[in-house]
Amino acid sequence: MNRPGVDRSGTGGAAAPATGSGRIRTPLPFPTAAKPAVADAQLRANLHRATRTIRAKRARVVDEVPDWEALRDAGSAIKADVQRRLPELLEQFEASATAAGATVHWARDAAEACRIVVALTRAAGADEVVKVKSMATQEIELNEALEAAGIAAYETDLAELIVQLGEDTPSHILVPAIHYNRAQIREIFQRRMPDAPPDLSDEPAALAEVARAHLRRRFLSARVAVSGANFAIADTGTLVVVESEGNGRMCLTLPETLISVVGVEKLLPTFTDLEVFLQLLPRSSTGERMNPYTSMWTGVTPNDGPQAVHVVLVDNGRSAVLADPVGRPALSCIRCSACLNVCPVYERAGGHAYGSVYPGPIGAILSPQLTGVADNASLPYASTLCGACYDVCPVKINIPEILVHLRQQAPHPVAEKATMRVLAWVMRSPRRWATALRLARVGAGPLGAYRERRSGARTLRRLPWPASAWTRSRDLPLPAPQTFREWWEKQ
Amino acid sequence: MRIALFITCVNDIAYPATGIAVTRILRRLGHTVDFPTGQTCCGQMHANTGYRAEAMPMVRNYVDVFDRYDAIVAPSGSCTAMIRDQYPRLHPPATSVAARTFELSELLVDVLGVTDVGAEFPETVTYHPTCHGLRMLRLGDRPLKLLRQVRGIRLVELGDAEECCGFGGTFALKNPAVSGAMLTDKCARVRETGARVLAAADNSCLAHIGGGLDRHRSGVRAMHYAEILAATGATS
Ligand code: SF4
Repeated sequence: MNRPGVDRSGTGGAAAPATGSGRIRTPLPFPTAAKPAVADAQLRANLHRATRTIRAKRARVVDEVPDWEALRDAGSAIKADVQRRLPELLEQFEASATAAGATVHWARDAAEACRIVVALTRAAGADEVVKVKSMATQEIELNEALEAAGIAAYETDLAELIVQLGEDTPSHILVPAIHYNRAQIREIFQRRMPDAPPDLSDEPAALAEVARAHLRRRFLSARVAVSGANFAIADTGTLVVVESEGNGRMCLTLPETLISVVGVEKLLPTFTDLEVFLQLLPRSSTGERMNPYTSMWTGVTPNDGPQAVHVVLVDNGRSAVLADPVGRPALSCIRCSACLNVCPVYERAGGHAYGSVYPGPIGAILSPQLTGVADNASLPYASTLCGACYDVCPVKINIPEILVHLRQQAPHPVAEKATMRVLAWVMRSPRRWATALRLARVGAGPLGAYRERRSGARTLRRLPWPASAWTRSRDLPLPAPQTFREWWEKQ
Repeated sequence: MRIALFITCVNDIAYPATGIAVTRILRRLGHTVDFPTGQTCCGQMHANTGYRAEAMPMVRNYVDVFDRYDAIVAPSGSCTAMIRDQYPRLHPPATSVAARTFELSELLVDVLGVTDVGAEFPETVTYHPTCHGLRMLRLGDRPLKLLRQVRGIRLVELGDAEECCGFGGTFALKNPAVSGAMLTDKCARVRETGARVLAAADNSCLAHIGGGLDRHRSGVRAMHYAEILAATGATS
C-alpha cells in the first residue's frame, strides 16, 4: 500500500516531505494576473455585489449565536489536535472505514490520486462519472485526467455546472460562478445546453429549472460518482458532505460505485466533534443557520446506496505544511469561504488572479505551502495584512501571521533586497538615521519650495520607475522643511 | 507621568506636525514628555515585507532606547501594533516594553483617563479607522471619543469605514492595480461624506488616501487626528 509521507513527529523530520502538484500554482504572478480583473468593470461589479450580500448575511446569523467565540475556539482546538496526531488518526480512519466495507487508497500527489480514480472507474466499466462539487478533485485536476482517459466527468453542482459549460475555472470556493451575473449564465446555458429552451429567461428559478432537468438525466444514467468530503471521521470511518442543492445526495446514493477523494487534513477524531463544525460551517459559508442537506456514509450498506465505496486519501503537499509549526494551521481550513467574502483584495482581483483552486486569503497561505513558497512567491504578498480574514475565520486561522511568515521564505527581487538592506543599515543606527533624515530633508528642500510656489502643495505628481508604482494612483508627500527631531532640538 | 515619544520614521521625516501635536497635547495635560533621540524605526516595513533578520537590530534598538520609560506613546496604530503584537514573538525581552507602548488614544483614554483634551476645531471631519488600529490594537471608538469632545467639530460617518484603504505598506508598490482600485473606492466614500477633513491614526495610510484625494483635487485634507486634538481654534 502506498502511504503518504505524513511526518510522524509533526516537527519536520530529516527528509523534507514532497510538495504538491495540480492546480495550485500561479502561472502568472498575482499583480499581473490581477490587472485585467481590476480593469473589468462588469467583473468588479459582480464580485462587489455578491461578496457584500453574503458577508452581510454571514454577519447577521453569526451575531445570533451567543457562544460563537467559544465555538471558534473549539473548532480551532479540534483541528490543532488532528494536526498533532494525524498519522495515528489516518490509520484509525482506514481501519474503521475498511471494517465498514469501504476500500481506502493512499495518494502521495495529484497524479497518483488521478491514476487511482481512473483505474477504479475503468474497473467499474464506466465511461462517464457524475461529480459532487469538490475542491480536492479540482486541486488534483481530476476532470482533465478523466477526459484524457476517455471518461466524461459531469459536474452536478449548479455553479460548477455553469463554470464547466462555460469552459472556465471556478473563481470562488463556495460560489464558483460568482464572477458571472444572470444574463451571462443564461447565455452560457443557451450556448452549451442542447436541451435549453430558446426563450429561456434569466430569472434564477428558470435557470435552476433547466439545469435540474439537464442533470436529472445524468444522475439516472451514471454508474460511478466522484465526491469529496467536508469531514472524515476517524472513530467511525464516516464521510460527511454538507451541501445546499441536493445534487450531492443524488450522486451519493444513486450510482453503484462511489469514489471519494479526500485531503488528509479533513479528518476529525470522533463523531461528536461534528457538532462543532456543523454549527460553524453553514453560518460562515452561506450565511445560513443550517445547510439544507448533510449526507453521511460509512462504508457499504447492503442493498442501499453504492455497493462499492472507495476513499482516496490525498497528501499532495499536506505533509510539508504539517511539518511547519507556524504555517500548519492553514490545514484547519474548512473551506467556508468567509475570508474570501471579506477580503478587499479578493473583491477587486477576483479568484482567477490567485491561479489556484484556493483563491483569496486562504489561497494566499495554502497554495504557497503546498507547492513550496518559491513556486508561488507572489501569493504571500497578495494581501494588505488588514486582518479582516482572521476576524471572520471560524477556526481562527491567523492568516496575517502566516502571510508574514511565508514572506520570510519567499525569494526576494534583487533590487528590493538591496534597497531593504541599505535602509535597514541606516535605520539600525540612530546616528546614521539622523543624518539620512537631514540629507533627505535638505535634498527635497528646493523641490518642495518649487512645488509649493507652483501649486501650493508639497506633493509630487509623477516620478520615474520604481516610484511610479506610487505616483500612478496618488501624489507623494515630500519630506517636511523640518524633521521632528530638528524641531525638538530647537525648542 | 514621564512619557516617552516614539514619533515613528514616517512622522519624523514627512509629518513632523503630528509629533509636535502629540507633544503639545501631553504638555497641555501637564505631563513631561521626552523624545529619546536614539530612536529610529520600529522595523515594521522590513518585518512585514519578509526581512525579519534586517528588522531585528531595529527591534533591539527600540528596547534599548525605551525600556526605561513608564509609558511610551506612538501616533501610529500600525507601528504600535508591530511593537505590541509582533515584538514579543520576535524578541522575548521586548515583552515588557511592548506592553508599555500605547497608541495615542489608548494612552489618553485608558492610561491618563481623559477624553476632553481642550481642543477646538470648527470643521466637518470624517474618521477612517485604519486596519491595524482596528483589528490588531482593537482601538474601538477611543479616537472618536476624543474627537467628540473637540469644540466646534462636526463629525460625519464614513461609509464602509472598516474597509482597508489599500495601502498595506509595500503592498501599494507590489500590487499597484489592486491598491489603486481600493484607493479609488476609499476616496469615493470620503468624498460622499462631504467632510473637509479626513482624519486617521496613521500617517502612512493618510499619505496614501490623502495622495489619492489630492490627485483628484477633491479639496479634502487628510490629517492625523492628533493634530485636531492639538488645535485650539483658528483653522490651521
Ligand atoms: S481560512 Fe477560515 S475563513 Fe477562510 S475558507 Fe478557511 S475556514 Fe473559512
